[in-house]
Amino acid sequence: MATFHLNSPFSEEDIRQLRAGDIVTFDGLLFGIRDLTQIYMFDQGHEPPVSLAGAPCIHTAPSLRKVDGRWEKICVGTTTSTRMERFSPDLIGKYGVRAIIGKGGLLEGSLKAMQKHGAVYLAIVGGAAALETQQIEAIEEVYWEHLHPEALYRFRVKNFGPLTVAMDSHGRNLYEEVKVEALTRLPGIYEKLGV
Amino acid sequence: MRQFDYSIVEEAAKQLYIRALCDLPPDVRQALRKAQARETNPTAKAVFEAMFKAIDIADREKTLICQDTGLPIYKVKIGSGFAWDGFAIKSRLHEGAKRATQEFPFRSSSTHPLTRVNPQTSVGPGLPVIYFDFAGDTDTLDILMAPKGSGSENMSRMQMFYPAHGIKALKKFVLDTVVESGANPCPPGVIGVGIGGTADLVMKLAKDAIMRPVGSRNPDPQVAAMEEELEEAINATGRGPMGLGGDVSTLGVHIETAYTHITQNPVAVNTQCWPARRSRAVISPDGAVAYGY
Ligand code: SF4
Repeated sequence: MATFHLNSPFSEEDIRQLRAGDIVTFDGLLFGIRDLTQIYMFDQGHEPPVSLAGAPCIHTAPSLRKVDGRWEKICVGTTTSTRMERFSPDLIGKYGVRAIIGKGGLLEGSLKAMQKHGAVYLAIVGGAAALETQQIEAIEEVYWEHLHPEALYRFRVKNFGPLTVAMDSHGRNLYEEVKVEALTRLPGIYEKLGV
Repeated sequence: MRQFDYSIVEEAAKQLYIRALCDLPPDVRQALRKAQARETNPTAKAVFEAMFKAIDIADREKTLICQDTGLPIYKVKIGSGFAWDGFAIKSRLHEGAKRATQEFPFRSSSTHPLTRVNPQTSVGPGLPVIYFDFAGDTDTLDILMAPKGSGSENMSRMQMFYPAHGIKALKKFVLDTVVESGANPCPPGVIGVGIGGTADLVMKLAKDAIMRPVGSRNPDPQVAAMEEELEEAINATGRGPMGLGGDVSTLGVHIETAYTHITQNPVAVNTQCWPARRSRAVISPDGAVAYGY
């Protein structure tokens, strides 16, 4: 296991060096997206008003408030990624996103896109919203405001993480490995339990 | 007798929701610390680090640990020595949960099941979930509160086995349910298990189980042994914190039981997340409120 501190947006080289199980923190640009954001983009054909190339995207529906025309954070947490699998290969292939951040992981189609284009899935510690919220320095822009809390958010972050490289750009998927390992151990555990 | 001032219950219901979301019980902290100490997987160790940082920030800044404010659950236990008006208690709990949401303020996670309209109050028909129980030997109104997030609640499973399936079917069911739930319930949390009763009671038992202090054991030695055995089995799967691999997949298995039908053998699993959130208020007849967990 290696530890990396990166600056976002990421280069392909930044991402290719990461291996499943590594720990990453980063500074810089982070986009917030969710189900509706991606339905709006992919199913309803709206082009994002900002380039996502090289950027990381986190699966979130942030709690924010608007004070004198400026957005302030209340609580920013992360949601389960798996239900957004459908959009993720295009997010990587078509828009050049280099990291998707969430919990629970993505599936085979995304893993292939990550291998082909040089992207990773970074697992955040679910339930630790207090930490995430603190690491967000600014909400620089909310695009497609009518979709809030599932709009497109541009955050600036500092020391964001720790994030675990759960799916890398070399075809490894930690969730899958851990699951296969658990299933391999299961017969032995059944035997010990006498079931 | 002087009339009891039920606004005390409303204020306690409000404080309990906020406290549960922001202040993790000491037994949960201790269980997480112990878990981190015995964890050998370096990636998993980093995951625990992040959990402690989130707990610290929530302590310092009085903020929510997790963004999912959950569905509010209040378990009320009324002592024989406490003169009470059940309707007043119910209404005040409802009002308190709503005020917590609007006055803190935090997001309401509660919505209409069909229209999906969320009135941003955390309450509505059926919510908060309220259970009443009684104690013969106290004169207090004891309220235990837990906000239940969806990631872990969605992993709830129940099965009506037959007596012929035996105890081993129950054990296998618990283990398989946990293995299947993977990273979804933000492990390592508490695995609550209900055994016996009716279809509805068995899930209530599992819910009672997750609301016990982490590390407590069922007083029945046979049940306690089963808790230990299942804990070991679940940790042996190696799924680890957040399902990313490691030695600790659960902080503890808690089992609650009830008598059941001679032809039935029901089991239920209710999972709790690593932030196993709960809070408690004990209200005396003179209106004094003692907060705890
Ligand atoms: S599963 Fe629990 S800890 Fe994880 S996000 Fe949901 S409520 Fe929070």
